[in-house]
Amino acid sequence: MTEELFQKMAQSILDGDADVAVGLANQAVQAGVDPLDAITKGFVLGVNQVGENFAKGEAFLPELVMAGEAMKAAVAALEPEMQRRGTSRQVFGKVVLATVEGDIHEIGKSLVGTMLGASGFQVYDLGVDVPAAKIIAKVKEVDADLVGLSALLTTTMVKQKEVIDELDKLGLRKKVKVMVGGAPVTRDWVEKIEADGYSEDAIGAVGLAKKLVGVA
Amino acid sequence: MPKNIKSITNPKLQLNILTPQEVEKIHSSTLWIIEKVGVRFPSKRALKIWADHGAKIDAEKMVVRAKPELIEKALKSCPPVYPLAARDPAQDLPLDGNHVFVGTDGCGVEVLDIQSGTRRTSCLQDVRDIARIADATEEIGFHWVPVSAQDRPPETRSLHEIQAIWENSTKHVQTESIYTEREARAAVEMAALLVGGKDKLRARPILSLMQCSASPLGHDGGSLDAALVAAEYGLPTGFMTMAANLTTGPATLAGNLAVGNAEVIAGAALIQLAFPGAPVFYAAAQTASDLRTGAYTGGGPEDFLYGAATNVLSDFYHIPLSMGSFATGAKEPNWQAGIENTLSTFMACISMSDMLLGVGLLHGSRIWSFSEMMMDCEIFSTIHKTLQGIVVDDETLALDTIAAVGSGGNFLTQKHTLKHMRDIFLPQFMDRRPYTEWETKKDDARDWALAKARKTLETHQPDPLDEGVRAEMARIIASLEKK
Repeated sequence: MTEELFQKMAQSILDGDADVAVGLANQAVQAGVDPLDAITKGFVLGVNQVGENFAKGEAFLPELVMAGEAMKAAVAALEPEMQRRGTSRQVFGKVVLATVEGDIHEIGKSLVGTMLGASGFQVYDLGVDVPAAKIIAKVKEVDADLVGLSALLTTTMVKQKEVIDELDKLGLRKKVKVMVGGAPVTRDWVEKIEADGYSEDAIGAVGLAKKLVGVA
Repeated sequence: MPKNIKSITNPKLQLNILTPQEVEKIHSSTLWIIEKVGVRFPSKRALKIWADHGAKIDAEKMVVRAKPELIEKALKSCPPVYPLAARDPAQDLPLDGNHVFVGTDGCGVEVLDIQSGTRRTSCLQDVRDIARIADATEEIGFHWVPVSAQDRPPETRSLHEIQAIWENSTKHVQTESIYTEREARAAVEMAALLVGGKDKLRARPILSLMQCSASPLGHDGGSLDAALVAAEYGLPTGFMTMAANLTTGPATLAGNLAVGNAEVIAGAALIQLAFPGAPVFYAAAQTASDLRTGAYTGGGPEDFLYGAATNVLSDFYHIPLSMGSFATGAKEPNWQAGIENTLSTFMACISMSDMLLGVGLLHGSRIWSFSEMMMDCEIFSTIHKTLQGIVVDDETLALDTIAAVGSGGNFLTQKHTLKHMRDIFLPQFMDRRPYTEWETKKDDARDWALAKARKTLETHQPDPLDEGVRAEMARIIASLEKK
């Protein structure tokens, strides 16, 4: 019976159906299934399958993102039960994400957030046009392992450096890895501002994040 | 024809891409989007203008919902025809629906160095060099800021860029890199120096401003404020949508056109509500996102269709169009670049888009290549010739000459041949040499195009900017720089 439920959970992620996934999560809680089992034996298998299909060229980005969103919804539905039991999902790391101050371009950053969330990171997405001070405050508040900074303009890209300099000043630079992204970001820029890495797309960002926290 | 500038005019070829009914349907869908879904205008000034004209404002989200009547009435005051003025008045460009002009692409962040070929971060000297070559190149009618002057401070970079172009070319400048009110005001001051006062800009708009929208269904606050400054002084301004299938727009082409159209015409309507009769243009560089990475593709059948369809939309609103063509996704000048830039430009030209952006950039408008710049110009020349079509009359049927040669023989010695041989297109960069000659040299279009760019840069002396004007521009810029 539980086996069947786990299969349905994986399938709901494959289908990218958040509503079904949340329904199954609630059903599991009511049936007394350990939420961590629901995640690791159910939902995560769906995420892995979509990932494999994508790698083989059989699935496309929208399917990946929908799976990620469904996963996020399922985990959120399981969260209260995990809290009640005093357990928590093991995450690869905590990531603070933002599009830097003066820049309102959102989609790339949000895609990275969805993909990281689906891949086992705890994501704190601060949105767009975020001043360095606010990013730093969040880093300290959640004790982040990673910061992801997005910028689409060469004139706002300089704010990525500002955040890095600020982390440096506070002595947090060794502990907190910084990854940057956005259309104008180049390898030269990454070296110049001494960021820890960059990716040209959201899939690459997951690989990079895993590398930076030492799980890949 | 503007002096030393090639443009497409009176083409014989035509394309039917959207029926009048389809255009109406896209238009009414667009009005529905603006009224029911709304468009984000994150600028206090813009929101006040909308509110003053009775639009519904969601203050928290800064989303405007306007009735179709308001949009349609506002758009009626858009001037359908106006010129883009040049430092040399003989190079003014008429935006009259019967000319296609090409500009340089923008705004790249890296350059393949003209001497070494090495890829590196772009700087102000690149802006100067590209402007100088463009000044001497007949296919190029006007400038965009081709690459970002990353060795200048962010707060005045856009101003250094336009000054660098004016110093090296007499052609019109359209900047896509001014998106703050402060820089727009400074740019107006600088432009005024070239025409003898701010009150002269309306008659001689020597500068135009292009602003990117923030798809889906949004604008950038700084861009809106900058556009309103431009409009106040009669400088042409336009909003460019880059709504892309899958990511910032729906997966379907018609829906994506409607999203982009809503952004652009809502922007144009705002300008008209604030300054009725101010010159505005439609701007678009729509594409499909890559299915695997979600990245901007800069080419493909979707781009080509948008290239032709968008001018049908802008014609419907009687607004000139600045259309993204060229701008290949290829990493170097190659097969992909040739296909993408030829087809996108052909489709935009055959529907008579007024301005095309533009030549010279690779990798989705990120990396400048001088080879690509010159080869893109040749693509335009090829299309320019093709669109003239086939003229059929007594002179071109040449029956007397055909009779004189008879069966057998050849036409090489005929007077008619001598008279018309220069009608035949002569490419600069196509390899038509004997095979053995190629075999010994193994060079190709990329080498010849680069050589031409280098030679032009070495030899071309643009008409210099008045020393007093230069100094005053520098003073305006310096006054804005952080000490």
